Amino acid sequence: MFKNAFDLYYDGFRSMVVGRTLWKIIFIKLFIMFAILKVFFFPNFLATNFDTDAERADHVLSNLTQPPAEKH
Amino acid sequence: MIEQIDLTMVSWARATFALTAMYHWIFVPLTLGLSFICAFFESIYVKTGDEQWKKLTRFWMMLFGINFAIGVATGIILEFEFGTNWSNYSWMVGDIFGAPLAIEGIAAFFLESTFFAVMFFGWNRVSKKAHLFSTWMVAVGSNLSAVWILVANGWMQHPIGMEFNPDLARFEMVDFWAIATSPVAISHFVHVTSAAFLYASLFVVAVSSWYLLKKRHIKFAKRSLTVVCTFGLLASLFVAYTGDEHAYHAANVQPMKLAAMEGLYDGEHSAGLVAAGLLNMSKQPGDEQDSFIFEVKVPMVLSLLANRDINSFVPGINDLVFGNDTENIMGVEEKMVRGKLAVAGLGDYKAAKKLGDQLAAGKALTLFEKNSDYLGYGYLDYAEQAVPYVPLIFYSFRVMVGLGTFFILLFMVYLYFLYKDQLEKQSLLLKLGAFSFFLGLIAHEAGWIVTEVGRQPWAIQDLLPVTVARSNLDAGTVEVTFFMFLILFTALLIAELKIMTKQISIGPEGD
Repeated sequence: MFKNAFDLYYDGFRSMVVGRTLWKIIFIKLFIMFAILKVFFFPNFLATNFDTDAERADHVLSNLTQPPAEKH
Repeated sequence: MIEQIDLTMVSWARATFALTAMYHWIFVPLTLGLSFICAFFESIYVKTGDEQWKKLTRFWMMLFGINFAIGVATGIILEFEFGTNWSNYSWMVGDIFGAPLAIEGIAAFFLESTFFAVMFFGWNRVSKKAHLFSTWMVAVGSNLSAVWILVANGWMQHPIGMEFNPDLARFEMVDFWAIATSPVAISHFVHVTSAAFLYASLFVVAVSSWYLLKKRHIKFAKRSLTVVCTFGLLASLFVAYTGDEHAYHAANVQPMKLAAMEGLYDGEHSAGLVAAGLLNMSKQPGDEQDSFIFEVKVPMVLSLLANRDINSFVPGINDLVFGNDTENIMGVEEKMVRGKLAVAGLGDYKAAKKLGDQLAAGKALTLFEKNSDYLGYGYLDYAEQAVPYVPLIFYSFRVMVGLGTFFILLFMVYLYFLYKDQLEKQSLLLKLGAFSFFLGLIAHEAGWIVTEVGRQPWAIQDLLPVTVARSNLDAGTVEVTFFMFLILFTALLIAELKIMTKQISIGPEGD
């Protein structure tokens, strides 16, 4: 059964035509998203700037009770 | 004009989110709808044993695969944006969204990825019925994924089944089923998925019509159209029905959105529905100007649609902003007073807890809880801030409804000429059909504009405005990512169009 499942995937990937291009696009896209965008442009704001959940909660509570001025 | 554009961080964050969501939504409805269309085609193949249906199924399945591959994971960018641009919001809703999005992730992973392989690689390797089962499972799995995303979105439109924890600054789930079975979320889901079926049907109509215009694959195109126009007609009728339900719920939980959709400033009994109209763009809440330069109204229909009662009162923007004692409607100014008490109570609670003053903390918490339903209004500077941008919502709503009506007629006319076996002679209709796919995309995006711009200024209805939901970032940081996404998404869209049009021009194998 496991061999049949393996063969299904193995033969399927080997015989792809349009799929090869699509997989290339998927991998390029995932690389851009996770290795470039996520790392350099989309850090998690609270995870990066605070160490504990208590600090994060305190920061959000501060924003809720004294909303910061809008930055331009 | 440029001076009027708001270049604050929150505006760039909203623009980036809108860009990502609108791009993501080019692919999602096609995935939701085409998966079922492929399942229908394959069911006919398994039932009849006719190899032509198999060929037809495989062709549409390939286009489904291309769309899926290009669109996959674009939604994850939205989650990146939550963490970076909307960190206050993300923190506050983490407990609510965690469960639905985890279910979505698990369901999508196991259902889609397992059966996807069998669907694409399993032809001639598994039995016909096992293959058909996989195709149906991909369709069900794809659409189940949409359930949980739309439940999360429905909660933002109508937050229920939760309590606010003032120590952690989080909304915590207290009733999962209230959230999962919220009428707003359910009506949202059925409306969006049926619209996705309609959109995918238009895609098949467009490609098939192009084949007929080119006099290629005629039998293939007519077979595809017979099934898809029937499906599309049923879907478009269901879209109209569920749209009515959706608007009914909006009338109850988001009356400001409904008032903006109708350009209704002064509420009225037996209110009429604006069938067509030109808004007075300088009209502001509370002024004496007319709302419309001209309008065509269908008497009493708005009251009927909003409250299921032709004599009922439908509040306008002025009633909601300034209040209406006769109709027992609390105005935004009064809500702002209560909201500011909630904010003050929360601040006092935080300060008292820090000092270890339990008595003061208890009093502050009581003040907060008494007014917490109006928390979001405490962040508004003036009452008119609670009004979304009316012209965009008014016209987007009419574009959506107008095109929805047009699609019903389009599918009916297609079915008529298919029945008469004269479709390939109707070149004008076929050109219109080929173009209608783009109209479908416009209708979808217009619908989302009504839903999302219509609930502004709220990230969470009545509880959290977007100005507080955001992170403490500079506008410049978010501006850069906006243009990066614009470039990335444009490149991906070009790649999809190139691959898709190439495969369409090749056509079904060996036909």
